[in-house]
Amino acid sequence: MDSLVKKYNMPDKHGHFEEFGGKYVPETLIPALDELEQEYFKSKKDKNFQKEFFNLLKYYGGRPTPLYLAKNISGELGFNVWLKREDLNHTGAHKINNALGQILLARKMGKKRIIAETGAGQHGVATAAAAAKFGLECIVYMGEEDIERQKLNVFKINLMGAKVIPVTSGSKTLKDATNEAIRDWVTNVEDTFYIIGSSVGPHPYPMLVRDFQSVIGTETKKQFKDITNNELPDRLVACVGGGSNALGLFYPFIDDDVKIVGVEAAGKGIDTNQHAATLTKGEFGVLHGAASMLLQSNDGQIALPYSLSAGLDYPGIGPEHSYLQKTKRVEYSSATDNEALEAFKWLSEKEGIIPALETAHAVAYLKNKNNNIKKNEHVILNLSGRGDKDINTIAKELGIEL
Amino acid sequence: MNRIKQLFSNDSKKLIVFITAGFPEKDSTKDLVLEAIKGGADMIEIGIPFSDPQADGPVIQEANEIALKNGITLLEIFEQVKDIRRQTDVPIALMGYYNPILKMGTMDFIKKCKDAEIDGVILPDLPLDESVEFCNNLKDKNISPILLVAPNTAEKRIKKISKLAGDLIYAVSILGITGNDLSSKNNLENYLAKVKENSETPFMVGFGISSNDDVEWFNSFSNGAVVGSAVIKKVLKDRKKGVVENFVKSLKK
Repeated sequence: MDSLVKKYNMPDKHGHFEEFGGKYVPETLIPALDELEQEYFKSKKDKNFQKEFFNLLKYYGGRPTPLYLAKNISGELGFNVWLKREDLNHTGAHKINNALGQILLARKMGKKRIIAETGAGQHGVATAAAAAKFGLECIVYMGEEDIERQKLNVFKINLMGAKVIPVTSGSKTLKDATNEAIRDWVTNVEDTFYIIGSSVGPHPYPMLVRDFQSVIGTETKKQFKDITNNELPDRLVACVGGGSNALGLFYPFIDDDVKIVGVEAAGKGIDTNQHAATLTKGEFGVLHGAASMLLQSNDGQIALPYSLSAGLDYPGIGPEHSYLQKTKRVEYSSATDNEALEAFKWLSEKEGIIPALETAHAVAYLKNKNNNIKKNEHVILNLSGRGDKDINTIAKELGIEL
Repeated sequence: MNRIKQLFSNDSKKLIVFITAGFPEKDSTKDLVLEAIKGGADMIEIGIPFSDPQADGPVIQEANEIALKNGITLLEIFEQVKDIRRQTDVPIALMGYYNPILKMGTMDFIKKCKDAEIDGVILPDLPLDESVEFCNNLKDKNISPILLVAPNTAEKRIKKISKLAGDLIYAVSILGITGNDLSSKNNLENYLAKVKENSETPFMVGFGISSNDDVEWFNSFSNGAVVGSAVIKKVLKDRKKGVVENFVKSLKK
């Protein structure tokens, strides 16, 4: 890359990605965020911290995850599909990378109590595992509707000794679970660490979640080169809810000549009012501590998002994605429930890999007629999670009783 | 001089009452505000309902939900305040979350505040660092930005916050959300003394204040006490006319 070209260097020191990001929180949380930011910058430079983190990722999390050439679907599509197998992580998704990073910060800061929000339950499971490993009390806020959709994960969280608190306000999904977690944090800020599960929320969360997840992209870059002898792939693809698995893959490639695509959940279609396609259909706003694109009403009330997948069912998106869309560095596409379901079955049948329903949205992009993927292109898809948790939802959609 | 500055220029005890707009019926705002004033409220906070009120406990959350179900909008709230203004000169502040204001456009919002003779604006999710421009724009129109401080706010920061606010700040009594229980009086005394020492403006205290004793006590350590959840709770239980007036009277006696 031309050394005169300015390297990507976001966010700025106030946590802004131009107009996005920032710290839009009650005053009570400001000292906690400042403290977290200081601790994070210290840890980033601390070799012992980094070593502990990478050892945890390796021996507890199971990294590195493979980069796998999916030959059967590649043959069918006419281009090379590489799957970054984050589904093979401990607890079944990329979420563990971030949970382990944040829990190490919590320990350094002497916090005894861990709280988290969860939608699909993957972040709840990852946080519960990390908290169990380090012997910390753990409370997971989860919307009542999501508890119903993701019973298996609720059971797992409980098995690991964490407590799930059902959230019954609002839409009873991820956004409301996040509100409740913030209320808890405001009240118990002195002894509690809030492990946010995606690259959302007030600064420094979007930055530190991205950084903890960027192990995905860093590994991928090296693996791709080692396997193919090519310098870089042509294209990266990942699903986007809050956006942490996507940023984890994208970030180490951000200054490279690689096309990058994020795929949002279009639910029943972006022309209906039942979708979660925040970047495609949203407007500028502030929610959960950050300025970003948002699904909202004409009066500025937060809209109820919809997606069959609980992990993408969120009206906001990480501020960095809003910035990357604005600067056109990343292209954002979307996939409907039906397209994701088709992709879910397709990948399972062709490759013997059952993806998470969230991930299936990214898989669906491969078959999108407008994707303009050229013959023989190397496309890397972040297979962010496995589909075990979605079996009940899928069976119901297919009309099968388990 | 704006009404808030004027009110806080004297030393008398002050009771500030919070009413959620559009609750329990869409057009209840005016009646409840006038009842509170009749009961003795010295200043009114009108809550702009929001779908995701992160700084609020279950009571005000419920009022927000009811108000939004009633279909209240920010534009209608301005009309209601104009209507209230015809009958009273008591200072009125709007309290809400930033997103509906951003959606309207901050300059448009400020202009509408001016037109409705609103005296102050309180936004719990717009802290110092993000609010400088907004506060200055409010002050240009002689509207008081009422910024918040909390028990864990550093002394230097209290100074900075009060300087930007200019007329009045709002000290949150506890680490927590509206309607939570108060912490020990000992801790509170130390905290309020710290605010008093460092604030360049008068300050009122709110969150968890629910009785006449509380109001008396907080007034002896600050310049005013805000009662919110306790008022809303009364209305949730009993929508009869006079409930708010009687309750406010009992707080003020």
